[in-house]
Amino acid sequence: MTLNVASGQGDAVAAPQESENLRTVPLRHYPQHVAALIVLVVLAWLVSELATNPNMQWSQVVHFLTSPIILQGVLTTIQLTVMCMILGTFLGLVFAVMRMSDNRFLRTVSWYYVWFFRGTPVLVQLIFWYNLSLLFPRIGIGIPFTDIGVGAPTNSVVSPLLASILGLGLNVGAYMAEIVRGGILAIDRGQSEAAAALGMTRKRIMRRIVLPQAMRVILPPTGNQFIDLLKASSMVAFIAGGDLLTRTQQVYAMNFQVVPLLVVASIWYLVLTSIATFGQYFIERHYGRGEATRQARTLGAQLRRNLKPWRISKGNR
Amino acid sequence: MTTSTSSRERVAEGADRPAVEIVNVRKSFGDVEVIKGLSLRVARGEVLCIIGPSGSGKSSLLRCVNHLEKIDFGAILLDGSYVGYRRVGETLHEMRLSAIAAQRAQVGMVFQRFHLFPHMTALENIIEAPVGVRKESKAEATARARALLDRVGLADREGAYPGQLSGGQQQRVAIARALAMQPKVLLFDEPTSALDPELVGEVLTVMRSLAEEGQTMIVVTHEIGFAREVADRVVFMDDGQVVEEGLASEVLESPREQRTREFLGKVL
Repeated sequence: MTLNVASGQGDAVAAPQESENLRTVPLRHYPQHVAALIVLVVLAWLVSELATNPNMQWSQVVHFLTSPIILQGVLTTIQLTVMCMILGTFLGLVFAVMRMSDNRFLRTVSWYYVWFFRGTPVLVQLIFWYNLSLLFPRIGIGIPFTDIGVGAPTNSVVSPLLASILGLGLNVGAYMAEIVRGGILAIDRGQSEAAAALGMTRKRIMRRIVLPQAMRVILPPTGNQFIDLLKASSMVAFIAGGDLLTRTQQVYAMNFQVVPLLVVASIWYLVLTSIATFGQYFIERHYGRGEATRQARTLGAQLRRNLKPWRISKGNR
Repeated sequence: MTTSTSSRERVAEGADRPAVEIVNVRKSFGDVEVIKGLSLRVARGEVLCIIGPSGSGKSSLLRCVNHLEKIDFGAILLDGSYVGYRRVGETLHEMRLSAIAAQRAQVGMVFQRFHLFPHMTALENIIEAPVGVRKESKAEATARARALLDRVGLADREGAYPGQLSGGQQQRVAIARALAMQPKVLLFDEPTSALDPELVGEVLTVMRSLAEEGQTMIVVTHEIGFAREVADRVVFMDDGQVVEEGLASEVLESPREQRTREFLGKVL
């Protein structure tokens, strides 16, 4: 029987009998399957080319993956990232709250901090801190505009590690300030008002009511920032920061196995960012309290779903 | 300008100092004056309902009573002390934030859209201020919070997050949260306006029982039936001023002013 929808009259489809058990079939996405097949073939070709390429030197990759010098670099990268993230988060919190303060001076200072450290390249900042001695040969603590105080040669104080922490941390701080500010702004003003009406002080409202709720908004971009920092920390190789990339470069400068060593570094960066991704999931779940069922899907289920992408085309969510 | 006249039969003797006294208050938002020289008195134990069209300044007035909005002129007194200000001669100087916070702790407020803290359970919502602000012990505050939850009919929902409660239940938790601070006066800002019609009753029932227990309350509401039944006095506000005030029966049954009659004709 032909459907004549356009005419809209006559030709009415008879209503089904209650005895008929009508089955529904979801739309099949055949072009998707074809596209997936093409991608798989290309991928397989790439993998086989890489696996059989003699210049890849897989034995070298395996050898250096766990060599002490590389592991030392991995450790430094982790330490550097964690320290910079702590510094950056602290600065971000302080400058975000300053930015939202009633005090115009604090607001202005915060604005300029973000403007400067977000507006200049991290690499430039890193090199600047590393070469601070060119500007100030000696640094120390003293009374401004007098000679009273104690000091030391700058180069003995600002080590490559300290320069790295300052350069990256101050930069992350600027981004975190904006992330935290966005989180605070996302919370309904009624929350602060209700808390104020109960007699809570500004500090207490921020700590007990606003920030815990803002965390849900702050965390995803913060995880992003952390992962970005893990990789951005490779820039300290420029100032011999001793991180994973510095060590990698040191090794291939000696044995010229550039590609295998870059693969080693990439594998480690992937491992670190993967761990960070898992960590982020658990922290987000903690701060999702009270946020009914959206978080209900477990990490395991999420992973299984991502590992079996063809499942999605079956149309079950 | 109308001032409070007679009709304080409920607290005829004993407490002669009003719970709240609003004296010639003016308030503007930018160029728009929303409260235009308004005076009101609320006696201890009294239930005052404020009715009036939207934009008449009722909510702003209520928010001035706990200094959520700053007044531009005049004064508001809570149990004899200036709200938000310190008087030096003829001038009122705004108090420090911590002093204002301490004053707000004596005034409970229930909002149109509840504003429960969504990351805390019902019980945690109620004990937050007693423990954090009043420095009560957690055990003591919890015991009292449970009693309050029982009183608003939610004894079995103490572990529920606001997102798991209906609007009516959330508003009852919000009332319990305000009561936990043992406020001298309880302010209600259109407490049933955001509720589905079938949930309004449960909230009004709780408010009615509070009124019967002698809680001082200022209620901005559109529930004329509730005002008629529970209020000691009703104030009709329009355009930032008190148009008419008196016993609930007088204002609602036989209003003197034309504007009151027009308004009641529309809402009833």
